[in-house]
Amino acid sequence: MEIMGVINLDNEQDFLNELTYFRCGAAVPFGGRYRLIDFVISNMTNAGMIDIAVFARKKYRSLMDHLGKGKAWDLDTKYGGLFILPPDWNDPTDISKGDLQHFHNNLDYFYRGKAEYVLVSGSQHICNIDYQKVYEHHLRTSADVTLIYKKVEMLEPEHKQCQKLETTAEGRVLNITNEEYNNNVYMNMYLVSKKLLLQLVEHGIAHGATHFFNDCIKRELANLSVQAFEYQGVHSVINSVPSYYKNNLQLLDPEFYRKLFFGEQTILTKVKNEPPAKYLQGSNVSNSLVGNGCVIEGTVENSILFRGVVVKKGAVVKNAIIMQRCEIKENTILENVILDKDVTLTEGKRLIGNEHLPFVIPKQKVI
Amino acid sequence: MLLAGGEGRRLELLTKNLAKPAVYFGGKYRIIDFPLSNCTNSGIDTVGVLTQYQPLILNTYIGIGSAWSLDRKHGGVAVLPPFQAQNGGDWYKGTADAIYQNINFIEQYDPKYVLILSGDHIYKMNYAKMLKYHKQKEADVTISVIEVPWEEASRFGILNTTDDLRIHTFDEKPANPKSNLASMGIYIFNWDLLKSYLIADAQNPYSSHDFGKNVLPALLHADKRLYAYQFQGYWKDVGTVDSLWEANMDLLEDEPKFTLNDYRWRMYSVNPDQPPQYISQTATVNRALINEGCLVHGIVDHSVLFYGVHVGEGSSVKDSVIMPNVKIGKNVVIEKAIIGENTIIEDGVVIRPQQGQEKKITLIGENSYITLEEDTVHAQAY
Repeated sequence: MEIMGVINLDNEQDFLNELTYFRCGAAVPFGGRYRLIDFVISNMTNAGMIDIAVFARKKYRSLMDHLGKGKAWDLDTKYGGLFILPPDWNDPTDISKGDLQHFHNNLDYFYRGKAEYVLVSGSQHICNIDYQKVYEHHLRTSADVTLIYKKVEMLEPEHKQCQKLETTAEGRVLNITNEEYNNNVYMNMYLVSKKLLLQLVEHGIAHGATHFFNDCIKRELANLSVQAFEYQGVHSVINSVPSYYKNNLQLLDPEFYRKLFFGEQTILTKVKNEPPAKYLQGSNVSNSLVGNGCVIEGTVENSILFRGVVVKKGAVVKNAIIMQRCEIKENTILENVILDKDVTLTEGKRLIGNEHLPFVIPKQKVI
Repeated sequence: MLLAGGEGRRLELLTKNLAKPAVYFGGKYRIIDFPLSNCTNSGIDTVGVLTQYQPLILNTYIGIGSAWSLDRKHGGVAVLPPFQAQNGGDWYKGTADAIYQNINFIEQYDPKYVLILSGDHIYKMNYAKMLKYHKQKEADVTISVIEVPWEEASRFGILNTTDDLRIHTFDEKPANPKSNLASMGIYIFNWDLLKSYLIADAQNPYSSHDFGKNVLPALLHADKRLYAYQFQGYWKDVGTVDSLWEANMDLLEDEPKFTLNDYRWRMYSVNPDQPPQYISQTATVNRALINEGCLVHGIVDHSVLFYGVHVGEGSSVKDSVIMPNVKIGKNVVIEKAIIGENTIIEDGVVIRPQQGQEKKITLIGENSYITLEEDTVHAQAY
């Protein structure tokens, strides 16, 4: 395989308040059974990539538990694999800073991999993309670096924090800005040859760089041939509680759901041995995504239930995201809320959040 | 040793291309998941699966046993089809012959006890408890039994025992049963003893090489210590279309006699890895088991949907079992049916029992294409 993967979590903030108290953003559950990182890993393995490294910086325990040896993505092979690389390094001569530390201290990963190209990505951009097409584009345009972007139809608040690309008509990147009204949203994904990547890293470290993309690519736009690849499929950015909430509920749009999950490629995740969801007499479920292992006796509307959620009789769940193994007891009413894993709502409670800024209940709370 | 070679003729179309243990059950599983998961949960780490009839799907499904954590360095799962050796080879001529032909397989592990299972029942059982009982009784053979209603006893292999459950006679489908303890087809044998009886049975040209008909009677005749182990709980033979349908319906009770949502005794299976099911605004779902990857726009009442099933708007599915990846169009009516996997049902089709035959279950085989054109529904392979 020509490409190896790096999932760089170094520069991702813990942007989801209660949901990222104890886990990094990449490990946040999404879409009824996934975690955010599943999308990028699945896209990588679907493109045939067999070496994938995860640059983890902090709060990576739940991430490691989720990923394991990468079995869910067939990455538990003898010839490649999934490498979770937390910041444990002990080179006394090391002068690297920021995410360049991660590149510098894991050079072995790059040397050992047979691939000549490296695809670097974050975890916040949800999409179903064929990286082979990016690779072909990269070769065709003889690019040094290819940046992936999405031309969004409508700029939403979450796009404000994203970097935007200014390109020539032919697709060469002239400038990378935070310009508010530019709708070419850079997806934090780029393809570069391994050779050039390592050169840029070395040069960056020698010159005190602290942020690989900003200091070593963005600043060198004039000296490198940086090309833009437009991704045309479904896309969401998860970088705040409102965007997390909104983009989860967007999965209830059958068209969006179909394109994300039944596109050319399948999104994979860690397998849980849950039985099929069970609907009891009197259950009333509409416009919702339901994970396996759920037992529903109450009403569920415009919501996403992760695996193993129990909704008792008389309970009403509306516009809500309910994570794994939560229990909603009899006659409790929930509206515009996000419940993290293992939350129990005892009988007859009422929790109603704002439709744009939902109530978030952290993990394992009993209310 | 799991006997999985049966054809399951009474499952009709469902076993056209696969062995009975590979038949789908419960929205997610195949029948063999139940004995295999019971093995895993009972701490048994070496399992031989004896296959013969249509083994392709079963072989692929079992693989190296990862789904049941049976991919072990020592032991694990081994699929054992009939094979040729220097002095020839033959099909498995009966349940006892299947084990006889694999004596060498068993000897590799030098076991003290061998558990014989069949692949056509739905139940949860801790075989470790049965083994403990076997040791306590200092038995040569222990047979798991379940109390069946007296009026049904003549459909089963009935064991007559003394008060302390020592078996003295065995009646295969007796007209006038003397006991209502039915054999569940689950046996624990002391291996050395079983081995000698299998060798003797193989040399008997008049034997049909069957545990129930030959080996157990021979052991009884020799006054060996055969004990009955009384099993409490749900146990269902799913060897016929009716019983398979019934067992599926049993899962739909609000308080089912057999629950799949048991975290202390999980049922493992090969997971299809599909997105969560989507229940649309126009859908009504009641008393149902629905798996990942389903898209429901119509009515689902008292039914089991396997993964990847689509139910179009205006359609209704009632008292039915819909196997994986069946696509049901709009305004379709399905009542009391079992629909085989990958079948496509066009808009407007009505599948329901004919008048006067309300009890009859409609069975549609896999890969069928059902159109409105035909007056009566019939399955056509494409």
